[in-house]
Amino acid sequence: MNEFVETLLEMKWHEPKSSYDVVIIGGGGHGLATAYYLATQHGITNVAVIEANYIGSGNSGRNTTIIRANYGIPESVRFYQHSLELYAGLEDETGCWIMHATKGLLWIAHTETGMRAERARAIINTACGAETHAVGPQEIKQICPQIDLTGNGRYPVLGASYHVGAATARHDRVVWAYAQGAMQRGVTVLQHTKVTGLIRDGERVVGVETDRGPISAGIVMSSVGGNVTKIAAHADVRLPVRTHALQAFVTNAYAPGFSGIISDSELSCYVSQTPRGQMLIGAEFEPQPSYSMQSTFNSLASCAKKITNCLPFLRDLRVLRQWTGICDVSADFSPIMGFTGVDGFVISTGWGTWGFKGIPAGGEQMAQLIATGKTPDLIAPFALDRFARDHAMADLGSAGTR
Amino acid sequence: MLWLSCPNCGSRPIEEFGFGGELPTVPDRITDPKERDIDYVWMFDNLEGISIERWFHQAGCRRWHTVERNTITDSVEP
Repeated sequence: MNEFVETLLEMKWHEPKSSYDVVIIGGGGHGLATAYYLATQHGITNVAVIEANYIGSGNSGRNTTIIRANYGIPESVRFYQHSLELYAGLEDETGCWIMHATKGLLWIAHTETGMRAERARAIINTACGAETHAVGPQEIKQICPQIDLTGNGRYPVLGASYHVGAATARHDRVVWAYAQGAMQRGVTVLQHTKVTGLIRDGERVVGVETDRGPISAGIVMSSVGGNVTKIAAHADVRLPVRTHALQAFVTNAYAPGFSGIISDSELSCYVSQTPRGQMLIGAEFEPQPSYSMQSTFNSLASCAKKITNCLPFLRDLRVLRQWTGICDVSADFSPIMGFTGVDGFVISTGWGTWGFKGIPAGGEQMAQLIATGKTPDLIAPFALDRFARDHAMADLGSAGTR
Repeated sequence: MLWLSCPNCGSRPIEEFGFGGELPTVPDRITDPKERDIDYVWMFDNLEGISIERWFHQAGCRRWHTVERNTITDSVEP
């Protein structure tokens, strides 16, 4: 628990009632943002958010806090660009300081094939409203003076795509900002309450079973992270989701002023500097599905080896902390939002390793879906039935770096 | 480090292997043949516990074999 954040906020915690209009399973960013926008934009406040641990204890508190929109397919670029814009206004809207800082993101390439991908990315991003330029080695050196353009003699930097609007924000502050905003408007947040099942009336889902008793609901939404398959199974909903572990680590403090976010799609690692000055480094999720939150030395060693090729100064820093989250990775590496085919049960999942950046837009759009009963245009391509319709949103290249 | 036991090469580190996915299963309650095909192609059991999977020993004998792995501990029982 981050007491530092908790003491900043005054919240009124409630005991569970027996019935709500909307019950949201999962008190992470997406669940709380949905509750927040239900309350602020649609006036629906008879809402409960149920979290098995404390809020933000899952992937919302474990990600590497990068907000960007430089995806590879138009539908994703539009969605994440909308999210990026909502993030930029979030401090004004909620009145909470989330430490949002626009930094710009360099996605560097070491091969001609990689450069071709980055040029294509720049074109498709710009066409869909996310400002991205293809840049050469000299411009990269200006943006990030610490970079070794020879890549340790092994991975020469040929160029990059530079995504101007990319930003970072403090992740648990985002969670608490949404929680505070929602609770001030009457939303109930139940921490340390486990959902053990869904209550069915025929096919329809009409509530949730919890370890503090049953709660009936007009509509149930799952915004659960790694454990989503089990929740959906209670409603007989099958998901194209596998749970993978993702690891990240921070070093001790480096001189402030490492301005950008550096991503490397060919080496699959990325680095940014936290407001405290620590260098935050992450890599690919583990290839095999796993529910284990055990961090491994292998992952740390391979990631450190890769990233120091391009940023040699990192070799002099020490690793302070390493952690693991379990991510709901979808079959096509795009999120799954919307109706499930079961009445009374909607879902926001498949957020894999790219969920943090989608919190404001995901929450806003899911709130609109719940309030109006219709799928908003922005998230219509991300519906669960896209797999049955043969309209998978494959975007693996963009999932390689978070 | 996770080690997998290859029937041809013995115990080898997991980095030598490629993950081929769990053996696909379709629940009996899905009866429509088209729905079953969609489930077979796209949906995962994503089991928490013992999962029966295909692994390819790409840096070794280059043969596929079947492994039972515990996804809670991410370990393989010897």
